Amino acid sequence: MAVASQRAPAAGPAATALLRLEDVAVELPSPRGVLRAVDGVSLELEAGRTLGIVGESGSGKTMLSRAIARLLPRGAKLSGRVDFDGQTLSALGPEALRRLRGRALAFIFQDPMTSLNPVLSIGSQLIETLREHLGLETPKAQRRAVELLGEVGIPSPEQRLKHYPHQFSGGMRQRVAIAIALSCEPKLLIADEPTTALDVTVQAQILDLLAREQRQRRMAMILITHDLGVVAGRTDEVAVMYAGRVVERAPTRRLFRGMRMPYTEALIAAIPELEAPPHTPLKAIAGLPPDPTRRSPGCAFAPRCPRSAARCREAAPPLAGDGQHQFACWNPLGPSA
Amino acid sequence: MRTGEAVAGSVVRNATEAWARLAAFGWLFGLALAWIAVIVIAAGLADLLPLPSPTDMDMLARREAPSFAHWLGTDRLGRDMLARLVYGARISLTVAILAPLIGLLIGGALGILAGYFRGGLETLVVGGVDVLLAFPPLVLALAVMAYLGQTLANLTYIIGILSIPAFTRVARAATLSVAKREFILAARAMGATELRILLRELLPNVILPLLAFFLLAVAVTIVVEGALSFLGLGVPPPAPSWGGMIGEGRESLETAPRIAFLPALFMFLTVLSFNIVGDTLRATTDPRQGAA
Repeated sequence: MAVASQRAPAAGPAATALLRLEDVAVELPSPRGVLRAVDGVSLELEAGRTLGIVGESGSGKTMLSRAIARLLPRGAKLSGRVDFDGQTLSALGPEALRRLRGRALAFIFQDPMTSLNPVLSIGSQLIETLREHLGLETPKAQRRAVELLGEVGIPSPEQRLKHYPHQFSGGMRQRVAIAIALSCEPKLLIADEPTTALDVTVQAQILDLLAREQRQRRMAMILITHDLGVVAGRTDEVAVMYAGRVVERAPTRRLFRGMRMPYTEALIAAIPELEAPPHTPLKAIAGLPPDPTRRSPGCAFAPRCPRSAARCREAAPPLAGDGQHQFACWNPLGPSA
Repeated sequence: MRTGEAVAGSVVRNATEAWARLAAFGWLFGLALAWIAVIVIAAGLADLLPLPSPTDMDMLARREAPSFAHWLGTDRLGRDMLARLVYGARISLTVAILAPLIGLLIGGALGILAGYFRGGLETLVVGGVDVLLAFPPLVLALAVMAYLGQTLANLTYIIGILSIPAFTRVARAATLSVAKREFILAARAMGATELRILLRELLPNVILPLLAFFLLAVAVTIVVEGALSFLGLGVPPPAPSWGGMIGEGRESLETAPRIAFLPALFMFLTVLSFNIVGDTLRATTDPRQGAA
């Protein structure tokens, strides 16, 4: 739960950052022209902390996370600079980068139905990873695999090693995927919508598991989601993305106390309320996200924004604010809205 | 002691499970499998079986009806039909299995590489396959056999090369659908090398549809080899092959139709069996039903 408050606030300047993105952009070729999926994003994340990246489908949050490890689709163009753990990833060769993946940097994906190989037993998937990355011998790797499965909450892990992914439920598969990702003690775990494909009741369990492992291992985590509710109690900082850009960024508590960007407010308003009377219509954000192959000169959210003014359509607002709370808006909401 | 029992128990359980799974395919599948087994074993052990020589002629016993000495009778040169059918199975099956194996290895590899790496390689492979497909296969086989000589090896190579396009297409299609799945991305995210992804992640998922297709290709190859032998461009006489026997039997169709019909029946049953087995396996490995 209140993981954020237990930890001392970031002391040093950005020099201690584990991960630093500078002006990262990703361009994808598409039949309708170049698609700018990520458009000049700069972010920082310190060791042991959790960053939530929130946005609707197509806002570029997944591409941003893939850009960190350069796991982009073929033909994608990446620009900008990525520094991670003292290395400049964006300058590393493919082989050096490959060696870093899985060891210092691990991923969890959205759909545990397809993120495990259906024809290999989960034991062999886990054991091979351990042998390859940590150089463990098979019996040792096997013991470690059993330990890991136990840690992520899989009952009778020894018997389960022999089973294939289809013999597990969705939540259990995601636990296996987490065990594989954690197997090499990564410094940064990137979880891309880890609970979207799961049952609501299982979602909280998986998120709690991630939070617990993250705390115990002191690893940093990026939690990508479209659900601000997921981010609320489980992250130190939140970055809200829209149309490939970060439009608001703040420590989680501060963001929920007073968001400045109308888009963030609209996202929160879109969370269904439990106390609302039945048949209350859900508040959707009117309109559609902009066509990412065609850029308007102004703020990308302006056409859907209730507060848009003439200026919003003419020039894109920069991400500005104090050191902690930054937002990109010409016409922000009041400081304590 | 206990572990021994446990091992024996699990072996028995595994065997029972395997039989139960086979039984679930139905009696038709069982019959087809049994026929293939009989033909393969007979062809493999032909030298050990108490059969007369398939090439010894007996001009006094030409086109004889089935008797105790010649169970299936003799052909127009007085050679034992059963022996010729069994030895013929050897040649027909050798070609029918080795030729698609060439296609499976080369076509499968090309298809997987094209489907995984895409880009220029894929264009090249798909283009090359289209060129190969544009040749009329029988004419190409005729030309090559006439030019390079009628040997078992040449026959196998040419039919094998002609089967490459089909395997390439099957492998590429299967790879395209598997490569999109998240576990390939997950493997890349865990730092797997391209070689590892190809061999460990992709191949086990693509090999089953390929093997199912291989069985269908075996059936087709038996017919193709038969057609070439019938046209006199297969294995040179007097070595028996089913297609060649049908061709020779044609001359005695009016007096002893059995001489042409028996090899035709063997070929028919064998092709049908391979098709049934292949189709059943293809159905069970069809990705559309597979949640597994």
